[in-house]
Amino acid sequence: MDMKLTLEHVTKDFSGTLAVNDISLTMQDGKLTGLLGPSGCGKSTLLYMIAGLEQVTSGHIYFDGQDVTTLPAETRGVGLVFQNYALYPHMTVEQNIMFPLLNARVKKESAQKKAREMARFVQIEEYMHRKPAQLSGGQQQRVAIARALVKSPQILLLDEPLSNLDARLRLDLREEIRRIQKETGVTTIFVTHDQEEAMSITDELVLMKNGIIQQIAAPQAMYRYPQSRFVASFLGNPPISFFNMVAENGLVELSPNLKLKFPISLSGPVVLGIRPEGWALGSGIVVEFLSVSVRGREQYVSFMLHGQKAYAILDTENAVKPGDRLSLALKPYCVHLFDPENGLRLGKGDAHYVE
Amino acid sequence: MSSKRQRTLRPHRNGAAAWLYLLPSLVVITVFLIYPLFKVLRMGFYQKYVFITDTGSGFGLDALAYVLSDPVYHRALSNTCFITFVGVPITVALALGIAVMIDSIPRFKGIFQNLYFLPYVTTVYAVGTVFKWLFHSDYGYINFFFKFLGLEPQAWMTDPNLVTLSVTIFTIWNGLALKIILFLAGLQKVDKQYYQAARIDGTSRRRVFFRITLPLLSPTIWMVSMISFIHAFKTYSAVVAMFDKEAAGPGNSAITVVFYIYNMFFKKGQVHYAAAAAIVFLVIIITMTALQKIVAKKFTYYG
Repeated sequence: MDMKLTLEHVTKDFSGTLAVNDISLTMQDGKLTGLLGPSGCGKSTLLYMIAGLEQVTSGHIYFDGQDVTTLPAETRGVGLVFQNYALYPHMTVEQNIMFPLLNARVKKESAQKKAREMARFVQIEEYMHRKPAQLSGGQQQRVAIARALVKSPQILLLDEPLSNLDARLRLDLREEIRRIQKETGVTTIFVTHDQEEAMSITDELVLMKNGIIQQIAAPQAMYRYPQSRFVASFLGNPPISFFNMVAENGLVELSPNLKLKFPISLSGPVVLGIRPEGWALGSGIVVEFLSVSVRGREQYVSFMLHGQKAYAILDTENAVKPGDRLSLALKPYCVHLFDPENGLRLGKGDAHYVE
Repeated sequence: MSSKRQRTLRPHRNGAAAWLYLLPSLVVITVFLIYPLFKVLRMGFYQKYVFITDTGSGFGLDALAYVLSDPVYHRALSNTCFITFVGVPITVALALGIAVMIDSIPRFKGIFQNLYFLPYVTTVYAVGTVFKWLFHSDYGYINFFFKFLGLEPQAWMTDPNLVTLSVTIFTIWNGLALKIILFLAGLQKVDKQYYQAARIDGTSRRRVFFRITLPLLSPTIWMVSMISFIHAFKTYSAVVAMFDKEAAGPGNSAITVVFYIYNMFFKKGQVHYAAAAAIVFLVIIITMTALQKIVAKKFTYYG
């Protein structure tokens, strides 16, 4: 079922607004690719263009080298799971799953057999004769996935499939989507605005903003080495904090005993990004806590640093309270350097301490 | 515990006020609906009726027996049934087809909606005049086309065997506008995502219509059919618009039940016969509505 999907200079122009702006990329076959970005970044439009429900203004889409740009949706052989499931409300679960097969003139008995297999695969076989309205959101989503998969699509497209579910179900179902994708090996594209969701189950992430790709990388690589200020700020919760600093030959001094050397020789103004998990109690820089919020296994604290509000995630071993003045140490790999002009990353690799 | 308190409070406190608010409409309903209804029921069982003094007397089934054996009433019933059971399915199907077509065109939807709605705001008598002319044996467009197609021209307005068909054609056209608008409103409520899902699933146009549009539209279809059936049963103004108040076509051949009742009451002054005819008609309509409800339960999907 492996299928290589290639986009070449794909652009979508909604009467003057470029929803998708000159996107070229190749999605890995048999892998789960996440299309991530804030709402309105063009990720859903891109998905709909791959599905064939939306026309491409310019550019080309290739499925395994075959140009499908002008092919109608029904001939592309894609399975699409809609954000609000779009299950046919007057049909039972079984009829919903069988529907694509009956469209393809599969015999009723074998369609029924396949539908049952698929229902067992997504664990909804005991609800075969219920109507969608009699199912929970999570069960409906499983039915929608079964309906998309039953015709053995070349590509499975998921449009924000978890956004209508409550937090607990979302966790369960995203693991389930991961399992289904692994077991079927179908090339899958997963659209989401939730960075945590995207990071947790995808093989590769495509981060978009204003119709333009910001970075393509494996989730952990994108988190560890964000290519721009936007990427760094979009991933991570609580978000990364930025500080306007001056570098001297790649050296940034946060305090006299907290100096970081970056793998670039550059002098002048820079933007320093520090991930909140980079901080820990220890010798480094003395700060005064403004607020403390305890979240069970960790506590979030805020403090002022070089005129900017910063956040830190500390373990709960030592209880702290607002007003405390304590010394914090910093893990150098959680610190990133960006160009203040264009927001791009400065220097490859990690920073390190200098005495 | 709170329900007990509510039960003791509600009827005393709010009861009087509620009745007071309801009073105006209750008076109107009683005077103009309930009183006449019972009056009609009573009238239908008069033994004797004197037109000059407008008084009836006696109690019996004579009026009912007269009406039920009156060949004119039989004609009225069979004409009404023809208009209803032939006309309504055709007009509902036509309206549905046109509505689906208007709904599927991407541009100028508003123009078409307005065009098809025009007949609704046109008075039925004006439309009747136009149809009279269209149906004209010598100069009408319909016979013109019949001749053009090599068919025998027909005496639409004067042949007693054809006049009911002419009235039916008139009611089909005249009822189209409202039904199209109702269907368009119903189609508007169908989530477009179902159609996208159907496209992804490779559904043929035929299957989309029969397996998705039709079931999702079934509540609207039921509602429209219900209204149409009742409306068709009450056909009167269409007959008057095409012919006149004096007679429903040659020898009253296009007579409908309501026309019969009107005739009995105002022309012939036989109030007890008119009332008896109305009672028979009421029983038929109630039976029909009950039947429709049973049918609807089986075939209608409610989301």
